[in-house]
Amino acid sequence: MAELVKRNHWVVRLTHWVNAVAIVIMAGSGMRIFNAHPAFARPGETFVLNPWEGHAIPNWLTFGAWLGGARHWHFAMMWLLVANGLLYLGFLFLHGEWRDIVPRRGDARDAIEMIKFYLFVRRDHPIGGKHNALQKSAYFAMPILGIIIVLSGLAIWKPITLGFITALFVNYKWARFTHFAAMAVLLLLALVHVFMVFAVDPYSLRSMVSGWYNRSKSPEARNARPFYHLFGPARSHSSDAKAPLP
Amino acid sequence: MSMHRRRFLTVTATSISGALLSACGANPESARKLLAFAEQKNEGFERGLFRHDTMDRVPTSAKLAGKDFPKYFISKKVPMWDPSVRGAWRLEVSGAVRTPLSLTIDDLMKLPHITQKVDHFCVEGWNARAEWTGVRVSDIARVAGLTANAGYVDFQSFDEDYHESWDMASAMHPLTLVAYGMDGHMLGPAHGAPARVHSPVKLGYKNTKYLTKIVFMPERNGGYWSDQGYEWYGGT
Repeated sequence: MAELVKRNHWVVRLTHWVNAVAIVIMAGSGMRIFNAHPAFARPGETFVLNPWEGHAIPNWLTFGAWLGGARHWHFAMMWLLVANGLLYLGFLFLHGEWRDIVPRRGDARDAIEMIKFYLFVRRDHPIGGKHNALQKSAYFAMPILGIIIVLSGLAIWKPITLGFITALFVNYKWARFTHFAAMAVLLLLALVHVFMVFAVDPYSLRSMVSGWYNRSKSPEARNARPFYHLFGPARSHSSDAKAPLP
Repeated sequence: MSMHRRRFLTVTATSISGALLSACGANPESARKLLAFAEQKNEGFERGLFRHDTMDRVPTSAKLAGKDFPKYFISKKVPMWDPSVRGAWRLEVSGAVRTPLSLTIDDLMKLPHITQKVDHFCVEGWNARAEWTGVRVSDIARVAGLTANAGYVDFQSFDEDYHESWDMASAMHPLTLVAYGMDGHMLGPAHGAPARVHSPVKLGYKNTKYLTKIVFMPERNGGYWSDQGYEWYGGT
């Protein structure tokens, strides 16, 4: 039986998809800008933290066609990203839904249980809240990374006018590196997120479009690991009764 | 969920992605308008933020780029002022001024000068440190005496037709120099000799090298790279 619940408020759904578009354009144009000087060292210096120093990102991954064009896209889309981020965080704060992503004591233990489950060390899916402990940490990390990206972005956009922000990251060079590294981590989390949506809980896609979620198809109910029980038998979630032996 | 609603969502999603795709590729005109609008709004925002008391924080112990400081010009060869062809180099200060000036390099060096270790921020993303010696543009403006309609200033060069115009606030920032010395030496031909604009408050391309003319004007006058699609403001 479908057990429909309203899972995501329209503000969350709207900001989620606007964010997806804004991040793709920001990351694509940002990488195009990076390609104009694909290194972090100042002229005549070396930079050990980047093993690919001097190597450009493949152009097909970039957006904006050329340095000037990418800068225009980057400096236009940043306002959408920031406005959208503020709307999301403001909603989360006022609506109390920050509780779904802010870490609590015990989350580390729960995250270890999730990893054990995904590695087949544990048989049954740990019961979580709206998100499991691994999701929670990822969804909490994303806005934190977003704040770091916005601050380090301001630091390299306005290193004189907003020099006090640049100083938070030591100097221009380190602010630029932070901006890039935080983007790389955010993109990695986003890629894992998209992979897990399709490999573990494609039913959550519906909840991010219309808001409705079928709880009888939740990963807990299906005991779903990546690509396991994707369409699998829905276990009754409404009672604690153990399934009878066959 | 009713089918109506599902169809509505599908149609909405399709039209939004369609609009985005056309904005990116199929219809560059609407994208260009959006980006031009954003650039204009950004310029207003940046000029609103701009202050004359925000400085570049280069530590006194910072290493200078020295011989690794990138060299850049648009001519095929390093532009050199040849006095036998063009006569003695002079810096002409004209336009919206009470007293137009024509300064020889000696005249320029007699004006009050400063030496500062600052960053050079290139639009490409790198920054390089050097120690610049020169006269503040604000001091030159004071000598020439600006008239009330001086809202912009154009820095012109003998490197082909290279020039870039600036807003007055950025030009009057105390870090904005007409520099004739670099790292304790007279400026070399690769870095804009005999004199150039240097300021960390603008991206490198706004810092005209091989300077010949400073023209104060009531309107902006574009620039070599600004006319090719880089932001005109180019402020840091």
